[in-house]
Amino acid sequence: MEKLVYIALFAPLVSSLFAALFGMMPKKQFVGVVTSILLGISFVASAILAHYVYTTEEAIKVTLMDWIGAGDLHIPFGFVVDQVSVTMMTVVTLVSTVVHVYSNGYMDHDKSFNRFFSYLSAFVFSMMVLVMSDNFAGLFIGWEGVGVCSWLLIGFWYHKPDVSREENPSISPSWAANEAFIMNRIADLGMLVGLFIVYWNTGSLQYDEVFAQLPHLSGSVLNAAALALFIGAMGKSAQFPLHTWLTDAMEGPTPVSALIHAATMVTAGVFLVIRANPLFSMTPEISYFIAVLGTFVAFFAASMALVNRDLKRIIAFSTLSQLGYMFAAAGLGAYWIALFHLAAHAFFKALLFLGAGNVMHAMDDELDIFKMGGLKKVMKWTYLYMGLASLALAGIPPFAGFFSKDAIIETAFNEGTYILWAILVVTAGMTAFYSFRQVFLTFEGDERYKKYGFHPHEVYRYVLIAMSPLAILAVIAGFFKGSFEAFVTELLPEYHMSEHTHHLAWLLGLVVLAFAVGGIVLAYKKYAKGLKRDEALEATWYYKLLANQYYIPNLYEEFISKPYAMISDIFWNRVDMKIVDATVDGIAKFLYGTGDGARRMQTGNLSNYLNWMAVGAVLLLAVAAISAAIIG
Amino acid sequence: MIGLSHYLIVSAVLFSIGLIGVLRRRNLLMLFFATEVMLNAVNIAFAAISHFYGDLTGQMFAFFVIAIAASEVAVGLGILIVLYKKHGSLDLDNLASMRG
Repeated sequence: MEKLVYIALFAPLVSSLFAALFGMMPKKQFVGVVTSILLGISFVASAILAHYVYTTEEAIKVTLMDWIGAGDLHIPFGFVVDQVSVTMMTVVTLVSTVVHVYSNGYMDHDKSFNRFFSYLSAFVFSMMVLVMSDNFAGLFIGWEGVGVCSWLLIGFWYHKPDVSREENPSISPSWAANEAFIMNRIADLGMLVGLFIVYWNTGSLQYDEVFAQLPHLSGSVLNAAALALFIGAMGKSAQFPLHTWLTDAMEGPTPVSALIHAATMVTAGVFLVIRANPLFSMTPEISYFIAVLGTFVAFFAASMALVNRDLKRIIAFSTLSQLGYMFAAAGLGAYWIALFHLAAHAFFKALLFLGAGNVMHAMDDELDIFKMGGLKKVMKWTYLYMGLASLALAGIPPFAGFFSKDAIIETAFNEGTYILWAILVVTAGMTAFYSFRQVFLTFEGDERYKKYGFHPHEVYRYVLIAMSPLAILAVIAGFFKGSFEAFVTELLPEYHMSEHTHHLAWLLGLVVLAFAVGGIVLAYKKYAKGLKRDEALEATWYYKLLANQYYIPNLYEEFISKPYAMISDIFWNRVDMKIVDATVDGIAKFLYGTGDGARRMQTGNLSNYLNWMAVGAVLLLAVAAISAAIIG
Repeated sequence: MIGLSHYLIVSAVLFSIGLIGVLRRRNLLMLFFATEVMLNAVNIAFAAISHFYGDLTGQMFAFFVIAIAASEVAVGLGILIVLYKKHGSLDLDNLASMRG
């Protein structure tokens, strides 16, 4: 079993290094094939491990080597494969494998084909380190690793020029990459502080040792640690107010959006909360804050998705919203439900993104859904996939999203937090509306794309086949809810609905379903027949507020970026140039000056030199005599 | 009675004559002579002080100085001969080839 752990972990690394060998060369088809196969191997290993853990109900622990040993600090490079990490491993490697195969088709005409696969596999390796590590330090390494790979992949088309926000809601890939990286750095500081607090108070970073120590710690220490760790999770999972990077990250290639910014990396924050559940369940205030923030983000992001015209950004907002749901569940103590939604969401959201990638591919990278429409005639498979994924996302039974999302909403009711419950229910309706607004505007109605001269076509057959596992899982994943619960609650705390909730469960489900169906019907009525733009509505202040993302990007630009640039400018021109540089230059100039003056002493005449030597000796004698007189 | 101070005065006078010779003379050979004068001025001082304290270390050191001076002259004169063969003169003002 130990070998399988290493195969699952290192196959992506080998794949990345292999692709890196050809990084600077023109496209080599076998690079895509080999990396996909290696990722497939990693998936198979993860699946076997999952089966092993499922049948034996015991965790596998391996220690690769001692990593840091300094004084009392002892951190091994250890990995643990238990119910939680094996779930993550299986989900990550499955989605990664599909995305690798898909990228063979999507990046077909890209000149940096090989480089892309190298980055993509490196990301998977980092993510595996993140989920498999048995200590916080390893988790942090993986955490930073996925951050770097995310930066590399968002900025993959770094040569694209900057476009200002006013002309285009999008910006340049390199700008977006930097934004994502910097926002994550801010949150990572919180994460680091959290790790320091944990280490100082427990003397270890191993999960099991830390969790065993927790009952001996004071409440304020626990709160501080939980809050600091959650700040780290907020950055990686793009929770308010650090959410703007996720929509801008859509500048990256679409397979990247599917893998990193929907299915895996952004869920790392949720994973952290689930992994550290003993800590979070001991800090009810922080947990409640997480639940409230999650609910707020779920609603907040969904509201922005209602009016957006960008195919990928709508899905990105929806990802934000679903992450909010996961945090709501985790904050309310239903960790296994959060993990379940995480897994189900990974399947249907990756499928949705890959479908969007197909549409982009067909429409020559056009993203404005107002310019599409009627694509079902040419892209019926993609329509089917995106339709399925949207049904799952909207929470229509019997698709995966229904089971997971309904459980979260039920949890909110069960905990007696009726306000959160109401918001989550309304958000479910909004989710259904914007998902199907997007689907109908893209695939149904009048063929607006003809006016713009596009010639859409369906993607390669093997790409469609590669997407099918996700489609199947998006449909059936929900049926495994019972066994999944039994599996992960071996490790995670169980969560039971009260009798009262249990009786009302069908009614609650019906309310959610009514909202979801209502959203779909509304979207159908408004958009399925074709796009009729409502000028009056678009001119209202609330429409503009939503379309401009509550003006938060502008706010950050005006109140953070610009003052920061101004301060930097002052420090550069006033402090650096006038003080620091001037000092260094002054020293150099002084040396030049004295050298230039002393140069005249070198006449080449020995007699002169001897005279100078005598002068020097006399001077030294004089100094010695004077100092002797003073000291003596 | 001739005491320590007399010897030291002689030594200082000799040293000064040597130093002035080093500074003022232009002929390299004369510079060597002047250096020898300075070394011997120091030897006198060593011997006198050694006798004054009744400690033989100073006189021993004077022997060392004489030995070093002899070898220095041997090497120096060799160089002087080569220089004279090359330039035809030992005047320092004509030997300024390292002017910066």
